[in-house]
Amino acid sequence: MAKRATRESYGEALMLCGENENVVVLDADLSKSTKTEVFKKKYPERFINMGIAEGNMMSVAAGLAACGKIPFASSFAMFAAGRAFEQIRNSIGYPHLNVKIGATHAGISVGEDGATHQCLEDIALMRSIPGMVIINPADDIEAMQAVHAACNYDGPVYMRFGRLAVPDINDENYKFELGKGVQLSDGGDATIVATGLMVNAALEAKDMLKKDGINARVINIHTIKPIDEDIIIKAAKETGAIVTAEEHYIMGGLGSAVCEVVCKSCPVPVKIIGTDRFGASGKPAELFEAYGLTAENIAKNVKEILNLKK
Amino acid sequence: MEEKRLAIIANKIRKDALTAVHSAKSGHPGGSLSIADLLALLYFEVMNVDPANPKMENRDRLVLSKGHTAPALYGALAERGFFPISDVPSFRHFGSYLQGHPDMKGVPGVDMSTGSLGQGISAAGGMALAGKLDNADYRVYAILGDGELEEGQVWEQAMFAAHYKLDNLTAFIDFNGLQIDGDITNVMNPTPIDKKFEAFGWNTVISDAHDFQSLRSAIDNAKNTKSKPTAVIMKSVKGKNVSFMENNAAWHGSAPNDEQYAQAIDELDKIIKELEG
Repeated sequence: MAKRATRESYGEALMLCGENENVVVLDADLSKSTKTEVFKKKYPERFINMGIAEGNMMSVAAGLAACGKIPFASSFAMFAAGRAFEQIRNSIGYPHLNVKIGATHAGISVGEDGATHQCLEDIALMRSIPGMVIINPADDIEAMQAVHAACNYDGPVYMRFGRLAVPDINDENYKFELGKGVQLSDGGDATIVATGLMVNAALEAKDMLKKDGINARVINIHTIKPIDEDIIIKAAKETGAIVTAEEHYIMGGLGSAVCEVVCKSCPVPVKIIGTDRFGASGKPAELFEAYGLTAENIAKNVKEILNLKK
Repeated sequence: MEEKRLAIIANKIRKDALTAVHSAKSGHPGGSLSIADLLALLYFEVMNVDPANPKMENRDRLVLSKGHTAPALYGALAERGFFPISDVPSFRHFGSYLQGHPDMKGVPGVDMSTGSLGQGISAAGGMALAGKLDNADYRVYAILGDGELEEGQVWEQAMFAAHYKLDNLTAFIDFNGLQIDGDITNVMNPTPIDKKFEAFGWNTVISDAHDFQSLRSAIDNAKNTKSKPTAVIMKSVKGKNVSFMENNAAWHGSAPNDEQYAQAIDELDKIIKELEG
């Protein structure tokens, strides 16, 4: 299976989006890591290095968008969503400006850099801004299309990418649709709703459960906001239990979003798999194990939630 | 435009600003009164804008980075014909488009939503950069408070605008010396302001915020300066032209009562009458 980090997809897709002359890419001295250097090589006149100043970058992006540009403001998720939260809220979100935020190095899969660089709260932060679209792609193919979709959408978009190479779960026929969840398997016993690199773990969990005679439905939610309510309500009604999985803090992320949907239309038991504390240094695989972001833990939670079903 | 005429407009803007704040029973009169002359000059003489076409592509832009002085901006835009002067009293009222701080989506003529200090100047830098990328000839003006200079983001932008040689950007610093908690040099001294901008690579001009000729020459100096953004440090009087508000930090963010409002309007009317006479 082909493997590629979604930050690589971001860089390449940006370069392709560069055909649109309004696209301008901003980066805060991390172009080699965020991969915006791929765009820079092809369109140096439309690549703006902002230096290490994320707050200024977001407000400059707002000014560019106010003049008709399509700025992609890029940094690590921690410094984009975290450090520049208030600039994103007030300069971009409140006036609903057409700014795209490319946030790489999200989650504990950053690995060795440790807690200060492992952003586990960006989805929660961005969800709290009215009108903000949030995309967390699961693989290279999805990430490439997501960047194009964001570019063609008029309004603020937060895109979340990873540092770690992840296997392709989609094939070349895949069609990304903004705001639409993707049902990857049609089990009826319980549903696993996953996002980002946890989608692959969810598929592995589904295979493990199958061996025990449990048929789990798997849904990939790449667009966390606006979330696809229909696919979640349908799954709640048809399977009666949901386990969510995300590389993010358990509060405010995908799990919370799913709960908000089911509790108003079709209350069913939900278990949220995510992190419950700050990250740490280590190899990504070691960290996934320590924080429970594994197929095994998803499978375990599905078995447990079956007992809660009415 | 004739200076007398500009001065009359400036004092009408002051009246509008006070009417807005009095009607809302909240808002920021002091720093609104200190920038009224500049706004009159910009909107009635300097800037290429069209009230009938507020989104005109090649218009000059103004970003009120010190967004809390929206009452003065609304006054200037209303006097210029962007929206009816009779809407000014709806300022800060529920359902009004004249929000407490400028909202670019709701108010014709407002080029950027501001209010969180330090962000407007950055957005203005983004607009200036867009102008450069498009080889457009519009200019971008930003107005900052002196207290606002305490925000670190201002200096991130100061580095940026100089680095990218944004000579189409002019930042006016409303140097009235007072912020909410008192004298700026006591709260967190941002002086010397000109030397700081100079050190960051800006062209700097000292001017008098209440002297049109001084402001004009600063603006011309900015227009004629190549490869550098310009900071105009304008010495101003907070609460200008209302006797009991002048140089008093207490009027940074509080509304006049009925009696005070009547007196302020009376004082401004007298000035306008004298100018008209």
